[in-house]
Amino acid sequence: MNLFCVGLSHHTANVETRESFAGHAESDCILRRAGCAEALVLTTCNRVEVYGASEKRVSTDEIARCLAREIEKDAHQCAPAFYRYEGEKCVQHLFRVASGLDSMVVGETEILGQAKKAYESARASGAAGPWLHRLFQRAFHVAKQVRTRTEITRGSVSVGSVAVDLARKIFGQLSKRKVLVLGAGETSERTARALVSRGVTDLRVSNRSSDRARELAGLVGGQAIPFDDWRDECREIDILITSTSSEAPLLTPANLAPMLCDRIDRPLFIIDIAVPRDVDPRVNEMDGVYLYDIDSLQSVAEQSLALRRQQIAAAEAIIAEHVPDFVASISRGWNRVSRTAERPSIADSSLRALEL
Amino acid sequence: MDRLLLIVSTLCFLAAVVRTIVALRAGIFRTGQFNFLAIGLGFIFQTAFLSIRGHALGRCPLTNLFEVFIFLAWSVALVYMLVGPAYRLSLMGAFTAPLVVLLQGFALIAPIDIRHPVKLPANPWLEFHASISIIAYGAFALACIAGVMYLVQERQLKTRQLHSIFYHLPPLTDLFAAITRLLWLGFGLYTLGIVSGFFTSRPLPRVAAIGIWMLYAAILQGRHLRRLAPKRVAALCVIGFVAALTLLWGITFSAQTHPLP
Repeated sequence: MNLFCVGLSHHTANVETRESFAGHAESDCILRRAGCAEALVLTTCNRVEVYGASEKRVSTDEIARCLAREIEKDAHQCAPAFYRYEGEKCVQHLFRVASGLDSMVVGETEILGQAKKAYESARASGAAGPWLHRLFQRAFHVAKQVRTRTEITRGSVSVGSVAVDLARKIFGQLSKRKVLVLGAGETSERTARALVSRGVTDLRVSNRSSDRARELAGLVGGQAIPFDDWRDECREIDILITSTSSEAPLLTPANLAPMLCDRIDRPLFIIDIAVPRDVDPRVNEMDGVYLYDIDSLQSVAEQSLALRRQQIAAAEAIIAEHVPDFVASISRGWNRVSRTAERPSIADSSLRALEL
Repeated sequence: MDRLLLIVSTLCFLAAVVRTIVALRAGIFRTGQFNFLAIGLGFIFQTAFLSIRGHALGRCPLTNLFEVFIFLAWSVALVYMLVGPAYRLSLMGAFTAPLVVLLQGFALIAPIDIRHPVKLPANPWLEFHASISIIAYGAFALACIAGVMYLVQERQLKTRQLHSIFYHLPPLTDLFAAITRLLWLGFGLYTLGIVSGFFTSRPLPRVAAIGIWMLYAAILQGRHLRRLAPKRVAALCVIGFVAALTLLWGITFSAQTHPLP
């Protein structure tokens, strides 16, 4: 039995090409048309891959034809975008994919959920049998080990999640923290939503347009505050998200100092995502004030990404431990099957062959 | 035999330090039971050493600088064992272990284990005063450690340069809460130590001791009245402990050069 992977990803194809092959073919369709013993289609926004097990070689063109949206695209034209891995290389590739090493954002964990979903779907339809079962179960195990034994998933890599992570490093639990959103822009809304998803319940919104303030407050479950009152709110709040279109800084050390008098032992976290900035950068020098503008949030995201990249070698080492072991175990199983001339049946949902 | 116990104890604490450094450098640090168990084991060996030494002396083993250092290291570990699990502060053990290694390593290497030519008689008030004061120092040491952790975390947040350790250090507010509680614990014990010192027959360097007491009182007052920012409280905890350690050295040195019955 030959294990193989045929597919295209963000490494080899642009989004237009990828979408021409995404979401069209089901695993059982590949089985019927290409003649695989087992097949599984993994489709995400960054990749379309077919994992298969077959006794005879199934060509890449054949798989591509099954995947193509025939009317929109001629599969043959896109053949160079497809890659193919067989045997040990296929195993290694899946382990890397499941661990997030092959993702656009290294270490992202969404891919593991997507792989599990694809496997469940193929198993339910009977397209995935014992060989793919073993392959994917080991891949999930390896991915988990990579996540727990390395820091590949450490840190946030988007502006919203960086802001939430920093807030948690300053305040710990966010459930009792008070947040003021000043200026109801799209990024503020995303950041506010990220904070709400981490437990923030006291959220106030202030905007020059009171209608927009009420609208955003309604969307995030907050309370609208008149724009003239935002300075008074600063005495109470813990987190300020600001993104107004003001030309001059709204907060300077001079006008912030009186607001801080009564709250010397309570930190103030300011997320300034306005361009031009709403907060004078010198505010960051004040005791207990932590100011992050859009560039510094981006910089933290890049540092996290760099930290993740440093972990690639450790993650690859874990994968390298598992690949030969898995290949050896599956070869032993296949030899035993060959000797007894019993071909594992895909329809056999009890997956007895796993005991090989 | 007793020194062997101390060497094993130091090795236990050293294991916690080495493991943390290696894990942090490799970026694979995970908060687990290892540090707590290593420190716990080290603490058991420390206790065994102090017990053997105490029985041999027939009194609390605080008769020379060597014993004072070991007793202080034991107090630091004791306070950590008591408050560590309650505060659940990640890396607290990793920061505590190096201090204990330094104290015990210095005590083992330096020629300071000088036995008194004559057996000192038991003096309950003096022993109570000395032991309770050193346990207070243990609490101040932990406050100092939490202060260092606070300053490290605060600096990373201010400069926006986040290293691997950033993700393992506790939140600033949790650290500050721990600092405050440890300061109160240390201050309470130290007050008891100072008061009991008045019942001893020794002319203790009370002025310096009261100076340290006043420094911690001022830190707590500044914290209570919200006159001191958390960062300054953290920095003062470090300064306070260094001052307290210097005083402890001075007291012990003076006691050794002017031994009293």
